[in-house]
Amino acid sequence: MSAEASTPAAPARRMRIDLHVWGPLVALVLLILLGAFLNANFLSYGNVTNVLARSAFIGIIAVGMTFVITAGGLDLSVGSMAAFIAGVMIIVMNWLVPELGAGWPVVLAGMGAALLVGLVAGAVNGLLVTRAGIEAFIVTLGTMGIFRSLVTWLADGGTLSLNFEVREVYRPVYYGGLFGVAWPIVVFAVIAVIGEIVMRRTAFGRHCAAIGSNDQVARYSAIHVDTVRLLTYVFLGILVGIATIMYVPRLGSASSTTGLLWELEAIAAVIIGGTVLKGGFGRVWGTAVGVLILSLIDNILNLTDLVSPYLNGAIQGVIIILAVVLQRGRKAG
Amino acid sequence: MASQPQNGAAEPAPSAGNAPERKGPAEGPVLAARAVSKSFGPVQVLFDIDFELRPGEVHALIGENGAGKSTLMKCLAGYQPASGGEILLRGRPVAFASSEEAEKEGVVLIHQEFNLAEQLSAEANIFLGRELKRGPFLDTALMRKRSAEVLRELETPVDPATPVSALSVSQKQMVEIAKALVRNARVLIMDEPTAVLTRREAEVLFRQIERLKADGVAILYTSHKLDEMERVADKVTILRDGHHVVTAPVAELSEEDMARQMVGRDLTDVFPPKAPEPGASVVLEVEGFSVPGYVKDVSFTLRQGEILGFAGLVGSGRTELMEGLVGLRHASGTVRLDGNEVHIASPRDAVRHGLAYLTEDRKGHGLLLGKGMRQNLTLLGLERFSRIFIDEKAEEAALDAAIARFAIRAPRRDIPVGNLSGGNQQKLLLAKTMLVEPAILIADEPTRGIDIGTKQQIYGFITELAAEGHAIIVISSEMAEVIGLCHRIVVMRSGRVMGEVSGEEITENEIVRYAMGLQQGAEERAGDDHVRRG
Amino acid sequence: MKKRAMSLVGAALAAAIALPGAALSQETTIIGVSIPAATHGWTGGVNFHAQEAIDRLEQEYENLDFVLATAGDAGKQVSDLEDMLATRNIDALVVLPFESDPLTGPVKRVKDAGKFVTVVDRGLAQEGIEDLYVAGDNPGFGRNAGEFFKEKMPDGGKIVVLRGIPTVIDNQRVEAFQTAIEGSGIEILGMEHGNWNRDDAFEVMQDFLSRFPEINAVWASDDDMALGVIEAIRQANRQDEMWVLGGAGMKQMIERVGDNDTMVPADVLYPPSMIATAIELTALKYVSGAAIEGRYILNSTLVTPENASQYYYPDSPF
Repeated sequence: MSAEASTPAAPARRMRIDLHVWGPLVALVLLILLGAFLNANFLSYGNVTNVLARSAFIGIIAVGMTFVITAGGLDLSVGSMAAFIAGVMIIVMNWLVPELGAGWPVVLAGMGAALLVGLVAGAVNGLLVTRAGIEAFIVTLGTMGIFRSLVTWLADGGTLSLNFEVREVYRPVYYGGLFGVAWPIVVFAVIAVIGEIVMRRTAFGRHCAAIGSNDQVARYSAIHVDTVRLLTYVFLGILVGIATIMYVPRLGSASSTTGLLWELEAIAAVIIGGTVLKGGFGRVWGTAVGVLILSLIDNILNLTDLVSPYLNGAIQGVIIILAVVLQRGRKAG
Repeated sequence: MASQPQNGAAEPAPSAGNAPERKGPAEGPVLAARAVSKSFGPVQVLFDIDFELRPGEVHALIGENGAGKSTLMKCLAGYQPASGGEILLRGRPVAFASSEEAEKEGVVLIHQEFNLAEQLSAEANIFLGRELKRGPFLDTALMRKRSAEVLRELETPVDPATPVSALSVSQKQMVEIAKALVRNARVLIMDEPTAVLTRREAEVLFRQIERLKADGVAILYTSHKLDEMERVADKVTILRDGHHVVTAPVAELSEEDMARQMVGRDLTDVFPPKAPEPGASVVLEVEGFSVPGYVKDVSFTLRQGEILGFAGLVGSGRTELMEGLVGLRHASGTVRLDGNEVHIASPRDAVRHGLAYLTEDRKGHGLLLGKGMRQNLTLLGLERFSRIFIDEKAEEAALDAAIARFAIRAPRRDIPVGNLSGGNQQKLLLAKTMLVEPAILIADEPTRGIDIGTKQQIYGFITELAAEGHAIIVISSEMAEVIGLCHRIVVMRSGRVMGEVSGEEITENEIVRYAMGLQQGAEERAGDDHVRRG
Repeated sequence: MKKRAMSLVGAALAAAIALPGAALSQETTIIGVSIPAATHGWTGGVNFHAQEAIDRLEQEYENLDFVLATAGDAGKQVSDLEDMLATRNIDALVVLPFESDPLTGPVKRVKDAGKFVTVVDRGLAQEGIEDLYVAGDNPGFGRNAGEFFKEKMPDGGKIVVLRGIPTVIDNQRVEAFQTAIEGSGIEILGMEHGNWNRDDAFEVMQDFLSRFPEINAVWASDDDMALGVIEAIRQANRQDEMWVLGGAGMKQMIERVGDNDTMVPADVLYPPSMIATAIELTALKYVSGAAIEGRYILNSTLVTPENASQYYYPDSPF
């Protein structure tokens, strides 16, 4: 008699829960099989490295986004923020070349600037959300426009290019690697693993989920709701900085189109991975899988002539929706 | 078209004499269940229930939480299909595909948890899905007029244009009832409508029930308040563990009988013997404490091992006072713990000082309904389980201990707590709060909306905790509860302390006298014992 | 940056600029300029040149006033035109339409209101609306590129193509390119949209490199995309295997052509400064009274190491 409503624990429900948990992984495996079937080079070292490395920017950002969304927030500004950080980084490095010469000190200074700007930008978002009490959607929609305009202004409407010699020094950060694994992949993997542990095993992760589920319960449970929320935005800002540090050496430039739509890709990856858009439940490994799914779709479409390139967007859309449909059906109480 | 010109229920009550379609209870049942059973997966929650509801009859359905009352009601109102047996409407078997279909047949269920669109106005909610129209447009003027009429009937003088989110809990309940009234219900099923109403508000509801009854409406009604039965019901049906126990005219059952039949054993005394007399040391001393807008200049003391009751009427500021004490609200005043003055700015500070608050709103403020028991149990005391990482093994062990200590019953450990019964949720909330080992526990309405068996268990826990040396504050709107449990009772009214009773002085009359702000002559109002905070 | 194919235009401008005080009309003339926002290197160049031309002309002629509006999409550009007509009281309009079809009607309304209309780069869907048309030669752009491929690969070869954003311009260029290499034995292994974007082009090229073991050359069709492509080739360490032809005339690319970079043997011009030409021509009508109308097509010149120095402007942002 303890709980009449608790009883629907039919086997059918278990099946769905399983798919809910493993849905994104199943989708990823299916995509990999499809890719391997369509093109022999798909599983080659070079292609795998390419896909993983280009996933890294969105991936690093999406890990941070997972925390923000889990805690019931949202950040639309990350793409513009990345562009802005890239712009500032390039300007700082170019400016320091005459002082320090084209070497690692300049690059390290640029990296420091990226992290600092990311931290400040994240804190601005976070403070506006928590202290001023404005909806995250509106705050970050605003800062999205602000960051994007700032980088256009910094670049004078064109492209900011990194000093050529500095770029040669900095280049290995994207193209080099550790035991044959490219640096962006290493960094993404490390951040994803740390993120997963923080989400599952630390009080901070638990608090994010509690706030996203019901911030009143969290408040009554002696959680500093505003502080935790603020921290999610600050961490996301720092991660955007790290992503930008990996991005700039790739092409050595930043323009008003840098990081365009990254925010939507990051959010899509988070949701594909099983995190609940309205907050309360998040998982970082799912996000990592979601990012890979998104990159693989592009990669497979580029590797084959199956469909008209005009339809790439449609294929992506279908797969994103399917990946989410696969795992829904769970009705949280 | 102005649909349903016969929205008669919205009109003032016709006097019993000229009710044209009045049907005597002698006629056949309007709604009946024949050998209805219901299973969720492998678990059966209703067993061969036979039940009849006649026009012009108020039929009370009672039982402990989890006895199957809500499920039976949902089967009757078309929210859930029965697994076996049949539902008969006016003698014909029916299978409502949806609650909408049931409503079309005049069968309306009012939920325990409100089904209102919070951002819409009262009027929009009352007519939701049944909007009156003039051509393609909403006939707002007419709907507003009708809403105002119905609400006036219900003695709830709120402007129909007020958003529901701005209404009080009891006003929301009345809006729910108004909604059913304009739907011209012939069968009205109400799931614990008085749980959130004061005695006086409940009386308004009872008058409406009488009016509808006179109009030939069949009413099925549940409540945990057994003393209401005599006032409102004609017949009582008791369920226990999904089985039908008895159906009898209310006159033939005393409250004692009802309680015994519900629990299936004798309830000699709901309350345990009082905890031993408190020690001499004062653990909490509050002086000149104010919460702007709610509480003014309150002072009281609490001793070790003491159970201190807080009684008072609607909006007397008891909850706000306690929320101010634990740092959930801005407040001013002096607070001394064990003689040392402390400043508590946040719930975290409070926990650090050994002060824990158990909220009155377990669903809105107490538990994460979508999460499992383990995550809920340790949320307040998570620091104890994590250095860098959370020690899940220790959490599981704590859950084992809590399940044993507080007799929590759940089908699975990982079940979302939203699916637990109210009583088990409350026990889990108590376990969660006690996990931080507070020296002082403030329990706000610790037994609201739970069945009598679980209440008895919770009283037992509170008494045991006091006997172990915890100091406990109990806020309760049930007079019997504060009287049965507490060593001493503080009575509040309009944010101020009106008086304090202890020992032999603890009587209902004395408490009510303070709560009403009367010096004397409150005796005749002693029946109004269901005071509550708004 | 002032590379004008029309010596006639150059002469007329020179004459006009040489006579600063010779404005015929003493009333202030307002010229509206509507261009796409700087979302890409080439449009960045357009913005730079438009701004620069406006600043120069406003300084030169007191009775000329300009209203500059940049639009992020066709809808915004339509609104800009409506605003100019309704509130800014323009006498003439210089417009670089975002898309041909959506802008045809709105530009026609400006014309019907009796304004002088100059259309730049992208032709309108209906003929005869504009008074003056200044444009690059899109089919010529594709044809010149195709002919360069034919010349460089007399025995045929395997190439991949990166296309821009799916638009009429892109289609015209690609069709002309395909026509030009017909029968030459050059095989197009794959074509994908790189959206005139460096990052996108980088990723598309990475995938081409995974997919095809042998590629002899790349038609990147744009200098921004070419930069991404070159980076991807460098990463795969296949620089010696193929060369890249971009387009537009970005200064970094012209510089590489001039330096005899084997990977960048040539470039095809599609100068963003055409907007400045158009603005100057329109202004000329009002300050000199010259009858200015007709079509001015700027050649899509092929830049090779031999003539690269003529087209290299270190001060330009593009």
